[in-house]
Amino acid sequence: MNKILATTCLLCMILCSCHKDLDDDVFPTSVTFNFNHSWDDTPVTATDFNSLKFTNAHGELLSISKLRYLISRITFEKPNGEYFTFDDYFLVDLTQENTLSLTPNNTIPPGEYSHVYFTFGFNNEDNYMNYTDLNSASWNVPEMLGGGYHFMQLEGKFIDATNTETGYAYHYIRAVDNTQSPLVFEDTFFTVDIGAVNLSKSTNFNMNMNIAEWFKNPNTWDLNQLNNMLMPNFDAQMMMYQNRQNVFSLESVNPF
Amino acid sequence: MKKWPTYLFILVIFISTACSKENEASYVPTPSPLNIPPLFESLILSPVIPANNPQTIEGIALGKKLFFDPILSIDNSLACANCHAPELAFSDSESISSGVNGTLGSRNAMPLFNLAWNYDELFFWDGKTFSLEHQVFVPVTDPLEMQNTWPVVENKLQQHAEYPELFEKAFGTSKIDSVLVGKAIAQFERSLISANSKFDKYLLGEADLTPEERNGFEVFMDENRGDCFHCHGSDKNPLWTDNIFHNNGLDENFKDLGLGAITGDPADNGKFKTPSLRNLAFTAPYMHDGRFLTLEDVINHYSEGLKNSATIDPLMKKVANGGVNLSDKDKADLKKFLLSLSDYEFVNNSSINK
Ligand code: HEC
Ligand code: HEC
Repeated sequence: MNKILATTCLLCMILCSCHKDLDDDVFPTSVTFNFNHSWDDTPVTATDFNSLKFTNAHGELLSISKLRYLISRITFEKPNGEYFTFDDYFLVDLTQENTLSLTPNNTIPPGEYSHVYFTFGFNNEDNYMNYTDLNSASWNVPEMLGGGYHFMQLEGKFIDATNTETGYAYHYIRAVDNTQSPLVFEDTFFTVDIGAVNLSKSTNFNMNMNIAEWFKNPNTWDLNQLNNMLMPNFDAQMMMYQNRQNVFSLESVNPF
Repeated sequence: MKKWPTYLFILVIFISTACSKENEASYVPTPSPLNIPPLFESLILSPVIPANNPQTIEGIALGKKLFFDPILSIDNSLACANCHAPELAFSDSESISSGVNGTLGSRNAMPLFNLAWNYDELFFWDGKTFSLEHQVFVPVTDPLEMQNTWPVVENKLQQHAEYPELFEKAFGTSKIDSVLVGKAIAQFERSLISANSKFDKYLLGEADLTPEERNGFEVFMDENRGDCFHCHGSDKNPLWTDNIFHNNGLDENFKDLGLGAITGDPADNGKFKTPSLRNLAFTAPYMHDGRFLTLEDVINHYSEGLKNSATIDPLMKKVANGGVNLSDKDKADLKKFLLSLSDYEFVNNSSINK
C-alpha cells in the first residue's frame, strides 16, 4: 500500500515539475508596472503626506493624507489584433510600498506588441463582481449609488477661502445620477495606452501619476466648491473623468 | 536499470518508516478550525491564524480557563473576564477600566470578537501591540491592570493542581511559560466570533428590517447624510470596522495622543482604531475614553459636535458646522440601525461563557 502511494507521489512530482518546465518555455516573459507619483515635476511619496506643501491650479495650498486607486486589465496587444489580458487587478496604496509595483501572476510570450494598456478602475463587467480583498479594504461603493467599487480615493486638507484648514475627499467612482430612478450611469473608467513595445525578456514599465492633473485640465478644480460628498455628485464625477487625460505618463521601459 | 525497483523499494520503506516514527513521537491535540460565518466566507478575506498556533480543542479550552481565572493577577483578584465580560460582548460597563485594587486605567476596555479578522494584527486603541499572542503579555504585567510578573505567573500555574496537565494536553508539554499562556488565550480569543445580528440575518434573507432600520442604514451609507461606511464597514464588510486609525473629531487638544504616541509622528496624534459597530447594545460607554454614555451622545457628536484639529480625518466633513447635521428622524433611525448590528446569540452563547 505504502509502496503504491509513494510511487504515485513520485510520479505526480515528476509529472508536475515537467508540466511547469513546459509552461516556462512557452511564456517566459513577466512584466512589472511600477507606479511613481508626482505633483507636476516634484516626486511624491508617502513621506510627503500630511503636510500642506502642494498648490493646485486654482491656487489652494493642500496636503495629501491618502491616495489609493485601482488598476485592472493590463493588456498586451499584437499587431495582428491578438491580445493577452491579465486577470489581476491591483489596489495601489501609497502608504504600502509593496502595492506600488504590480506584477501579474502570469507571463506572456515575447514579441512585438503594438499596444500596451491598462484600465484605471474597473470596466462595467469587472465592477459588479465580488472581491473579498477589496471588500476587506472597505473599497465598495454603496448600493444606493449602484454598488461596485471606488476607482480612486484621494484625501487630504486644504486652506479654504476663509483661511481654515478643511478636509477634502476626492473619491472617484462610476458617475451616477441618483436623482432618477432607475439610476442613470455614465462610465468613468478609462484605459491608459502606453504604446508599442518589443518584448524580448522580462520588463519593467515605469509609470507616473501626476496628481496635480486631477485638479487642472480642462477643469480648474475649486476645492472650496467641491471638497466632499463627491460620490453622489454626478457633475463632479464627470469633471474628474475629464481631468484624467494627462494624469498618467510612461517614464521608461527597462528590460531586466 | 534492473536495480531501479530495488532502490525505489528502499526509498519507499525509508519514507514510510520515517513517517510512522514521526507520528509516534509527537502528540497532536485535536484540531478545531474556526467556524467561519457564511457572510464572512463570501465577502471578506480569511482570518489570520499563525502557522505556529493552530486552533485546537485543548488549546481553546485552556485559553478559556485562563481567561476567566484571576490567577493571572498579582493578588488573585482580577481575571481578563472582569474587564472583558461575555455578557457585555467581552467589554466592561465602566468608562475607564480599573485594575487590581481599583487602580484606574486610562482607557475604555475594548470588546473582544472577530479578532482573527483584524488583518493588520494591530491591537489596542492605539495599535501598540502586534498579534494576539503578544497582546496577552501586556495586561498581565500592566501596573494599571493585573500588576503581575511572568515568573510569578508561570510559577503559580506550574504549582497548580490542574494547569500542568492542561498545558500537556494543549501543547504536548507540562512546562508552562508565558509564550504558551499567550498562545492558549489567543486561541480562545480567535474562537469569539460574532455574526448573528438581526442585520446579518437580513443580509442572509432570514429577517426583515423595519422601515426605520432601513432608513438608518441608508443614513449610514449616504455620503450626503451620515457617511459612516468609509470607516465602519458596510453590508459588504461585515466586520463593521476598517481596523484603521483615525481622528474622528473628539477633541481640539489631545490628552491621549493615541497612535501618535506609538509612531512618534505628530500627524498620528489623536488617532485611534475604529471600533466595530457590532454589539453596541452591550458595549456602552463609547469611545477610547468612554466619554459617551449613550448612542444618542455618539450620534450627536457626529451630527453637531465635531471638534477641529490638525489631524481630524478629511472624511469628517462640515466641521465648521459641527458635523453633518442630521434630522431628528435620521438620528433616531440611525440609532435603530446601529442596534440591529447587536448579536444576542453571541452574548448568550454558553460555550464562550464561564
Ligand atoms: C483592568 C481591566 C482589564 C483587564 C484585567 C484586561 N483587560 Fe484587556 N483591555 C482593557 C483595556 C482598557 C483595553 C484597551 C487598552 C488600550 O487600548 O490601551 C484592553 C484591550 C484588550 C485587547 C485589544 C482588543 C483590540 O481589538 O485591539 C485584547 C485582545 C485584550 N484586552 C485581551 C485581554 C486579555 C487576554 C486579558 C487577560 C490576560 C485582559 N485583556 C485583561 C482592560 C483590561
Ligand atoms: C473617519 C472615520 C470614521 C467615520 C467616517 C465615522 N467613524 Fe465612528 N469611529 C471612528 C473612530 C476612529 C472611533 C473611535 C474614536 C476614539 O475612541 O477615539 C469611532 C467610534 C465610533 C463609535 C463608538 C464605538 C465604541 O465601541 O466605542 C460609534 C458608535 C461610531 N463611531 C459610530 C459612527 C457613526 C454612526 C458614523 C457616521 C455618522 C461614524 N461613526 C463615522 C471612525 C469613524
